[in-house]
Amino acid sequence: MSKNLRINNKQFVDETRKLSFVFNGKKLYGYKGDTLASALLSNDIHLVGRSFKYHRPRGIMTSGSEEPNAILQIGNDDALTEPNVRATEIELYDGLICNSQNCWPSVNFDIGGINNFLSPLLPAGFYYKTFMWPASFWEKYEYFIRKSAGLGKSPTKQDPDMYDHRYMHCDILIVGGGVSGLIAAKIASDDNKKVLLLEDKELLGGSLIYDDNDISKIDNQKSSEWLKKLIENIKNDKNIIIKTRTSLAAYHNYNFLLARQNLTDHLSVNDRNNKIRQRLYKIRAKKVIISTGAIERPQVFHNNDRPGIMLASAVKKYIDYYGVRCGLENVIFTNNDSAYETALSLHKSGTKLNAIVDIRENSSSEIVNKVKSLGVQIYWKHTIVNTKGYKRINKVAIMKLNDKGNDVIGKKIELNCDCLAISGGWTPMVHLFTQSGGKLKFDNKDNIFVPDKTNLNQLSIGSAKGDFELDDVLKNSIKDTKKFLQIENSNFDKIDVQCSKEKEKKNIWLLPSDKPLSKTKPFLDYQNDSTAKDIKLALREGFKSIEHVKRYTTTGMGTDQGKLANMHALGIVADTTNTNMGDLGTTTFRPPYTPLTFGTIVGRNVGQFFDIFRKTPMHDWHVDNNAKFENVGQWKRAWYYPKDGETMHDAVQRESKAARESSGILDASTLGKIDIQGTDANEFLNRVYTNAWSKLQIGKCRYGLMLNEDGMVYDDGVTTKLGENHYLMTTTTGGAANVMSKLEDYLQTEWPELDVFLTSVTDHYATASVCGPNAKKIINKIFKDLDLSDESFPHMSFKEVKLGNINCRVMRISFTGELSYEINVEASYGKYIWEKCIEAGKEFNITPYGTETMHLLRAEKGFIIVGQDTDGTMTPVDLQMDWIISKKKYDFIGKRSLYRSDTIREDRKQLVGLLTDDPNEILEEGAQIIKDENKKPINMLGHVTSSYFSPTLKKSIALAVLKEGKKLKGQKLLVPMIDKTIKVTVSDTVFLDKENERING
Amino acid sequence: MFLINCPYCGERDQSEFVSGGEAHIARPKQPTELNDDQWAEYLFMRKNIKGIQFERWNHAHGCRKWFNVARDTSNDKIEKIYKMGEQPPKL
Repeated sequence: MSKNLRINNKQFVDETRKLSFVFNGKKLYGYKGDTLASALLSNDIHLVGRSFKYHRPRGIMTSGSEEPNAILQIGNDDALTEPNVRATEIELYDGLICNSQNCWPSVNFDIGGINNFLSPLLPAGFYYKTFMWPASFWEKYEYFIRKSAGLGKSPTKQDPDMYDHRYMHCDILIVGGGVSGLIAAKIASDDNKKVLLLEDKELLGGSLIYDDNDISKIDNQKSSEWLKKLIENIKNDKNIIIKTRTSLAAYHNYNFLLARQNLTDHLSVNDRNNKIRQRLYKIRAKKVIISTGAIERPQVFHNNDRPGIMLASAVKKYIDYYGVRCGLENVIFTNNDSAYETALSLHKSGTKLNAIVDIRENSSSEIVNKVKSLGVQIYWKHTIVNTKGYKRINKVAIMKLNDKGNDVIGKKIELNCDCLAISGGWTPMVHLFTQSGGKLKFDNKDNIFVPDKTNLNQLSIGSAKGDFELDDVLKNSIKDTKKFLQIENSNFDKIDVQCSKEKEKKNIWLLPSDKPLSKTKPFLDYQNDSTAKDIKLALREGFKSIEHVKRYTTTGMGTDQGKLANMHALGIVADTTNTNMGDLGTTTFRPPYTPLTFGTIVGRNVGQFFDIFRKTPMHDWHVDNNAKFENVGQWKRAWYYPKDGETMHDAVQRESKAARESSGILDASTLGKIDIQGTDANEFLNRVYTNAWSKLQIGKCRYGLMLNEDGMVYDDGVTTKLGENHYLMTTTTGGAANVMSKLEDYLQTEWPELDVFLTSVTDHYATASVCGPNAKKIINKIFKDLDLSDESFPHMSFKEVKLGNINCRVMRISFTGELSYEINVEASYGKYIWEKCIEAGKEFNITPYGTETMHLLRAEKGFIIVGQDTDGTMTPVDLQMDWIISKKKYDFIGKRSLYRSDTIREDRKQLVGLLTDDPNEILEEGAQIIKDENKKPINMLGHVTSSYFSPTLKKSIALAVLKEGKKLKGQKLLVPMIDKTIKVTVSDTVFLDKENERING
Repeated sequence: MFLINCPYCGERDQSEFVSGGEAHIARPKQPTELNDDQWAEYLFMRKNIKGIQFERWNHAHGCRKWFNVARDTSNDKIEKIYKMGEQPPKL
């Protein structure tokens, strides 16, 4: 530290705790309480980055979340590094490592800086215009553009940090712990309301906490002293929960808000171990008070982006809060009184202020008079026309403004400076208000958008509402809060506030220069390098909507979301098009207010908690027996059981052969099961299934097909009649929840007169399905007293039987075409009954098979799987399942749609079988089917829905949906693949055992 | 995220509910007597208005009851909640 930039008055920085950090490989020091930005400035470092497009040197500009330039890469670890971190927001910790972004080889010497000299060739829309031709070159251009685009580097490894979510509820949520938020919190608490107060900084108090000019007084005390007492009072208030380092990310409808709390980012890396890094609060508030304050605006003039050019309020904060001088030769450039507070702070800290340049004619307020009395040189009605200094400002050139303010006159004066503090007035932070759906109105006096109408129970107070002077902020905050909370009296009613009042106002969105606009660089959006010229170009090229201008020029589209740029962009559009800014409107403010890491958004829902999964009672057995699993809905289903390094194909061939030749066993517990009871249960089934149920006897099972009202197949399954008014319906695994909801919907809303009760019992029962020619022998070994003869226990029937104390429901139903029994037991006995079957089946080589083999076995029989062979556009007729549509029933769900003009078309896609000419060629599911390869464009006739190699038939089989498929049986068609074209013949959908003989063993 | 006042359970977060589209579209009692246009009117045609819309909602992760909601689509404000079978309020 060659220069003496630290001053003695360090209120909020602890000089006894020295911290070291590394910036671009250089070890530097700061103190506890510093931000990275204040620590860099105390080391006389302004230049921290290069701009996005022109690679111009850029320095720290602000002291808050609106920072456009000082965005750094934090950390150098592949997993923990974080890009685009605002140096103005991150608290300094010991061992912090940070690097500049968007520069190569270094921030001091950046090759990309050549873009600055090419800038006349790089106007708005440059990329759009230049890389249009020839169109086929786009892929080549894109590679290079993408390489040069972007700011920081993403971490390449998994985030090792822990994140957390928490719900919070409160009567009053107050966003922003500045003076108005604190007053509102106290008023609400005194009225016995539960208050949640959020502050994004480490300390409460906002800007007033370090504001010590002698003019402002509250109740005859220094304003900061008064405020400190209030803060102490609030910290001890049991009604108020305070969350600091917590920034509001999003404000949704119905007062639902998301806030992110930083828990460890300010700690040194070693102190973070096993602590939660960030927490996302999901807040429901009865009422919301927004007291987020205002952001200072820059001014727009030629070369207004050099390192050393900062917001006046930031220069003041670095002196008064952090005890850091940003320069030793200061110039202030302003259009309002607030920058004179910076002048006083500079004076008080003994820092040289060379001059104040003010575009106004004069100002006669108390604070300006005080600055005048200090003998500071003030250039009234002057503007800056240029600045000098490539990596740090060293001079400003000023000239007098004409009366209209649209040109400069007189002689150019040059002033030395290494820090230029600029102020263009203040912009209320209305982001949260508009995110919540609030409408803004334009205030012509202060040139600001302020909150107007809202549908929510919310209030904006203080600077966030457009009050900028201390007496207005305090008195209106008290008045508005009382009204909002319907309170008659508060302890603040007799508050006495003294402050300077601004009388003269002037605003020029784009300041004139002695050079023509085309020769200047007046920046609006520092991060995205868009200038006032770009806005004017966009308007000349015909863009009118502010949303279009924004996208064409990328103004306001950086990581700072244009917090500094947007108002000037609007102002210049309004001026150029002669429109009132209120009529122009603003661009849309979208959440999050400041960027959120993905970790915070997902919280604990990572790894195995990313998506919950369901396990059957037999799951552990499958795991122990080397099953591979498949996700079906949220279920983990056994897919196949490879033995001795088998491939999936080998395993499936072995499993399906065993099932056909001796016996196989499947865990069918995941099928949806709905218990249906009530005197109208039979009528209900008649209405929801396409086939007739009236004649079903107790102890029998029936397959049913369920449609949507549009006539398309929705679900299928077997329903068993357990008793006179008692049925057990099964559904597909994936469709279980939807079928349940759909049936409940009809019962509650369309047919409330039916006496029917539905209960989902999917999780209550486990199902082991034993099939194959030896299935009967196995079941007989388990249930010795059960009569399994075809007469007593035929196909599609059910028996209730006891195994010890276990109630077993045994259904003789088949999805494989083999003789098959499904044993349903209470879930807790699932694994027991499964192991019992395995044990009994040992001598018959009982083979566990998974979903893949199940799919193969059913495909051999031409049984459909809803969702695989159907896709919501298939009617039962399309599936060649006309037999299941009752002709006698007056109505059922979807019946009327079966003879709409569209559903009776003959050229609909219909389910068919496909056989490949080469029996060893297995089609790919999803492959397209065509007739003629040569006639282009090629007519797509349909696609393959299921395809397998059948070990029993020793050939490949497939199901497909095909235009006019029913008529095409025997036709030769083609399935083109990337490397060959496969010849196929359309066949019947049933490939095996057309006579259904296997079902009886 | 709405707060929805379930007529059976009270005020709950929107995540507990599912929306079931426009309300007061009764399933025709005699669908077979409708021509294609009339059936299509029931099956497909739904309003999508700016303003008060009557909708069905289901407390899917609660009591599983269906009920009606009058919601202003311009600002998502719920003006009225009433049970299945009740007449829509005049708003």
